[in-house]
Amino acid sequence: MKALKIPLIREGTVIDHITAGQAVNVLRILGIPGTQSSTVSVAMNVKSRLVKKDIVKVENRELDPHEVNKIALIAPKATINIIRDYKVVEKHKVKLPKEVVGIVRCSNPTCISNAREPVKSRFTVITADPPRVKCYYCEREPEDIADRII
Amino acid sequence: MNFKDKDIISIKDFSKQEINGIISYAKKMVPYAKGEKKTELLKGKVMSSLFFEPSTRTRLSFESAMNRLRGRVIGFSDPGGTSQKKGESLADTIRMADSYSDVIVIRHPQEGAARLAAEFADAPVINAGDGAGHHPTQCLLDLFTIHTEKKNIEKTKIVLLGDLKYGRTVHSLAYALSLYGAEITFVSPPSLKMPKEVIAECQEMGVEPTQTSQLEKAIKDADVLYATRIQRERFPDAEEYNRVVGSYIITNELLEQAPNELIVMHPLPRITEIDPEVDTTPHARYFTQAFNGVPIRMALLSLILGERL
Repeated sequence: MKALKIPLIREGTVIDHITAGQAVNVLRILGIPGTQSSTVSVAMNVKSRLVKKDIVKVENRELDPHEVNKIALIAPKATINIIRDYKVVEKHKVKLPKEVVGIVRCSNPTCISNAREPVKSRFTVITADPPRVKCYYCEREPEDIADRII
Repeated sequence: MNFKDKDIISIKDFSKQEINGIISYAKKMVPYAKGEKKTELLKGKVMSSLFFEPSTRTRLSFESAMNRLRGRVIGFSDPGGTSQKKGESLADTIRMADSYSDVIVIRHPQEGAARLAAEFADAPVINAGDGAGHHPTQCLLDLFTIHTEKKNIEKTKIVLLGDLKYGRTVHSLAYALSLYGAEITFVSPPSLKMPKEVIAECQEMGVEPTQTSQLEKAIKDADVLYATRIQRERFPDAEEYNRVVGSYIITNELLEQAPNELIVMHPLPRITEIDPEVDTTPHARYFTQAFNGVPIRMALLSLILGERL
């Protein structure tokens, strides 16, 4: 039997099928670890069938699915698994909300959202997979979302 | 058609029916815009005219529109004399204007500025141009001009000429003309072609624009030739600008190839695109078009302030 690269968790949340290389950005979007003291394990470039993926495990914390959905911006195929007593009690795919606020910076340097104004960046979702978004203010569509995570 | 308190940020905020309604209402405004009839429709109302960027026609026609309706105008045409110079945010400037006026007209060099202004103002906001973004009242006055001169927009054959890559006017106009199913031809130097996204938008609405660099051929059976300025500020080097700036010049000789009824439009200012000899021909409509900014803006101010003729 092959040993697990990162151990099973008893309670908490497992984010699986993250696009390879995006685990760190996922943590940034979710503000993890932030002020929480939960143990967080990250596995990157894990082989899964024919593709590679990243996995994030957050112990003793059940992440709010609405909050986690934002990661669909960079990991549209990710799944959220809520674990209780080592068992998956809830499992669902991430679903991009209609609007994402304060996560991505606009790629247009002359967009008003990049000026010193008291507003958060705001994007309207065009398609969920592949993730395509459009700036609410200047309507530009950034091509490189992962590089523009705030 | 209820526009009371509506922000006017982009031409895409309007349906075809709404545009038709505005055009038909603006026609009623023409005698008032010319000063032939008097009205006190907006007496007691105040318009903030916030121009963070230079403008001649847009600012003057908005101010004329408000004055013709007996409203009052406050504002500035140079942000140098305002607290922006001291580093005040646009949001705070808008909050002030909002408390001093009933409607805010804003031109700003940054894209999205009008949408941001609308977030911070309770009063309706009209976008008078936000950088390379939108200029909806220009588009409405262009449609008004075509409708007035050609009696309809649906069956119009229109040639859009010049800087189709960067010009916000032609992007909005191509979208709006597609709403009507007009027949559109794009003529530009190869380096200033219409962006694919704009063409895709036209196609989504069932319009298949023709693209060419041959102006003479394009105008042979056209109803409208809409020319735009090639903007020097868009070119990183002067040599490239000089190479394309003289690509297309509208002269009387060129217009001999066109039908007698063809009209020439231009959002102005023009530099070399239209030879002044064209000004006195029956083709020229760019000065009428500039005047049309007044009735269309009168109509919009009246509608969003909820006071109808």
